Amino acid sequence: MAILNIVQAINLALKQEMKKDKTIILLGEDIGKNGGVFRVTDGLQKLYGEERVVDTPLSEIGIVGSAIGMAVNGLRPVAEIEFSGFLYSPFDQIISHAGRLRTRSRGRFSCPLVIRVPYGGGIRGLELHCESPEAILAHTPGIKVVVPSGPYDAKGLLISAIRDPDPVIFLEPLRTYRVVKEEVPEKEYTVPLGKANIVKEGTELTVISWGAMLKYTQEALSKTNYKAEIIDLRTISPVDTETIVNSVKKTGRCVIVHEAPRTCGLAAELIAQINEKALLNLEAPVERVTGFDVPYPLYKLEGYYLPDEKRILRAVEKVMKF
Amino acid sequence: MPKKIVANFNVEYWQVLSPDGNVDKKLMPELSPDEIKELYELMLLARTFDDKAFHLQRQGRIGTYLPVKGQEASQVGTAYALDKNDWILPSGRDIAACITRKLPIHMILLYRGGDARGAQIPEGLNIFPFTIPSSTHITHCTGVAWASKLLKQKAVVMGYFGDGASSRGDFHEGLNFAGVYKVPVVFVCENNGYAISLPREKQTAAETIAQRAFSYGFEGIQVDGNDVFAAYAAAKYAVEKARKGKGPTLIECVTYRMGDHSTADDATRYRSQEEVAQWAKRDPIETLEKYMRKNKLLDEKSKKTLFENIKAKVEEAVTVYEKIPPPQPEDMFKYTYAQMPEKLKEQMEELNFPG
Repeated sequence: MAILNIVQAINLALKQEMKKDKTIILLGEDIGKNGGVFRVTDGLQKLYGEERVVDTPLSEIGIVGSAIGMAVNGLRPVAEIEFSGFLYSPFDQIISHAGRLRTRSRGRFSCPLVIRVPYGGGIRGLELHCESPEAILAHTPGIKVVVPSGPYDAKGLLISAIRDPDPVIFLEPLRTYRVVKEEVPEKEYTVPLGKANIVKEGTELTVISWGAMLKYTQEALSKTNYKAEIIDLRTISPVDTETIVNSVKKTGRCVIVHEAPRTCGLAAELIAQINEKALLNLEAPVERVTGFDVPYPLYKLEGYYLPDEKRILRAVEKVMKF
Repeated sequence: MPKKIVANFNVEYWQVLSPDGNVDKKLMPELSPDEIKELYELMLLARTFDDKAFHLQRQGRIGTYLPVKGQEASQVGTAYALDKNDWILPSGRDIAACITRKLPIHMILLYRGGDARGAQIPEGLNIFPFTIPSSTHITHCTGVAWASKLLKQKAVVMGYFGDGASSRGDFHEGLNFAGVYKVPVVFVCENNGYAISLPREKQTAAETIAQRAFSYGFEGIQVDGNDVFAAYAAAKYAVEKARKGKGPTLIECVTYRMGDHSTADDATRYRSQEEVAQWAKRDPIETLEKYMRKNKLLDEKSKKTLFENIKAKVEEAVTVYEKIPPPQPEDMFKYTYAQMPEKLKEQMEELNFPG
């Protein structure tokens, strides 16, 4: 079995699905001849031609809006938004249209499209290239939000996303694009949407994270002797409440780590669900380690912004010693 | 009559300075020998800085950088037509325009070095921080100009963006408002041939970007963007028109991005060396140099002295930049609101916990 990174695993998923399903079409800026600014679509235009791997003009609204129309009329578009901050401009299309079309037409029309977006910081990136907009997306009804943390899941989740009957935003962790490597089967497989993954079982506390932050959370936890149950959320919306609640019922303690800003971040929603379904099992208030409520800083300060080992372990100690 | 022509427009192309260094005297704008020398100096400073910044990025001393090489005439020529209180709103590559408008060059390094203080434009300079999403500042240009009109400031606004930006909705919305409210703005579209990898002919099916202006009810002019005199002449014309209350202009500078899109890009993946070599023959600085030598405004000796001075200036900016101590983590909290909310104070304190 080949050892792949996340970029290669996504490329493989696209390549295989496109071969199988001729209605899949890729749209985006620089994805064809240039193979994508992060090379995720490298080689695909050569393989499938300019009609199926389209270098569009510079317009995220054009990309997403056209993808909606294509999806309604029989294609399976997979759009790429080049950088996370450029996802804000097509929000109108995502919120007002992609997320509502099924509802508005009472099921007559649906919007089976995927929007791939590299997201997150920690890469000395430019302004508006390091955003973590998952909570804004999770707040939007009618769309699904998926975040793989490693290559195996990236391939399996993307295939599920492409085959899903509803619009899926697929957030790809930029910081670990090429850092996390693992065995990825060549053969076709899917990883279901809406199911979290218990990365490591434990009994003393539950730690929840996703995307790039999962790796750094795991590394921090390896420095403690606590028996932590580590959960990779994988799908942000709809979230897998069952797995989380069952784990917290078992451990009684929970820490949530994400790099997006704190206020109304996804941790707030997870804590609400834990409170609703497992409050009496809690031995300590749930702690969240997050980015701060400030615009993502320029890179000289990003090390302070991103949750790091020190802040993660401090939260772990706090819930354990409560 | 069932059919008639209800609108007509022509798009002019302006070139003053030919690639071999001769000017069309009828079109030559009024510029003193000292002013021509200043244009040359600014372009050379931008080029020298650009070269340095590229190397600093390769050495890890700054982050991602967008090279300006090839576009100096478009930027310097247009920005040079502005008065002290006028505004510019640059996009990420417009460092030559910023240098022309007197932005201290160490600040560009500071910004590209991942330090937000580099975007803290000094008081008295009407320059917006570089816009990152390509086109989103086009509507701001209209707004700044609109305010200038309503407040009777007499200031003209010049907005810079690329050919790619003209495909985004902001371009349409910004230009449409500008036309409707007849605000004192000059839109400068630097058509440098590529939006990262996408060639201009795939960006729009229209023959020119300049012609878009006519659909918003104002004039669009295409200029040879590697000809600093043409860029200046068109800008001077547009700025004067705007100042007289006669509304906006779109100037399309046809130029070429000699370098990669950014230091993270590899242009050899999508364009040929032959194409780059063709444009290299039309280098904007060398073209002006040919004119200046013919007209005895420059010789080998004065060029050498000038180049040494400019090099020293750039080196000094690097020293200033590198002597600035790193920003404090508190810095990212300070400017989120005029008054820091309690929750942000609490979050800021989290950074100071021991252990």
